[in-house]
Amino acid sequence: MTDLISMVVAKYNYWIYITLMMIGLYAIIAKNNLVKKIVGMNIFQTAIILFYVSIGVKKGATIPILEHGHGPDAHHVVHAVDYINPLPHVLMLTAIVVGVATLGVALALAIRVYNNYNTLEEDEILAQIREK
Amino acid sequence: MIWPIDLAILTLVVVAAIGALRVKDLLGASILFGSYSFMMCLLWSIMGAVDVAFTEASVGAGVSTVLFVAAVFRTSRRTRD
Repeated sequence: MTDLISMVVAKYNYWIYITLMMIGLYAIIAKNNLVKKIVGMNIFQTAIILFYVSIGVKKGATIPILEHGHGPDAHHVVHAVDYINPLPHVLMLTAIVVGVATLGVALALAIRVYNNYNTLEEDEILAQIREK
Repeated sequence: MIWPIDLAILTLVVVAAIGALRVKDLLGASILFGSYSFMMCLLWSIMGAVDVAFTEASVGAGVSTVLFVAAVFRTSRRTRD
């Protein structure tokens, strides 16, 4: 039992990332409302960002800004162990911007669907399509 | 990384995600999604990704919530699930 608890706590970021990813996937597949599906899509995206940012974390490291990089006592010996890995951060910065762009397109499409069918529920939209 | 805060915020993030998907009102869902994004932003700053944190705070918690609220006001708040 204590083995299980220590295993879960040691990799807690990764367990939560899997949980959030599955919550988002469930919402995309099983929810009936279009806005709820879009919320699920965004949760999925942030779960992946959480995974990538968790990769870069190091124990006892500081944020990736150079100490003593400027001024009269500037020296340029950089120990990579002292800094959190900034590469996943830069990649995920792009992912956040792409995420908000897809969110905008998805919501615009949802508004167009609502103007045509006067509902946001998927089964009602499908029923109206079948009637035509 | 301060791990007790990390564990607490991670748990709250899951609670906010489930709440945003379960609440029976789309405006409530978008506000809960905004709180989810803001707690994600706290998580990034705890993990030392400050650039990601302030992008998430402005783009994720700010612009996304505004887009959601605008879309909900142009459509309807009604939802069955």
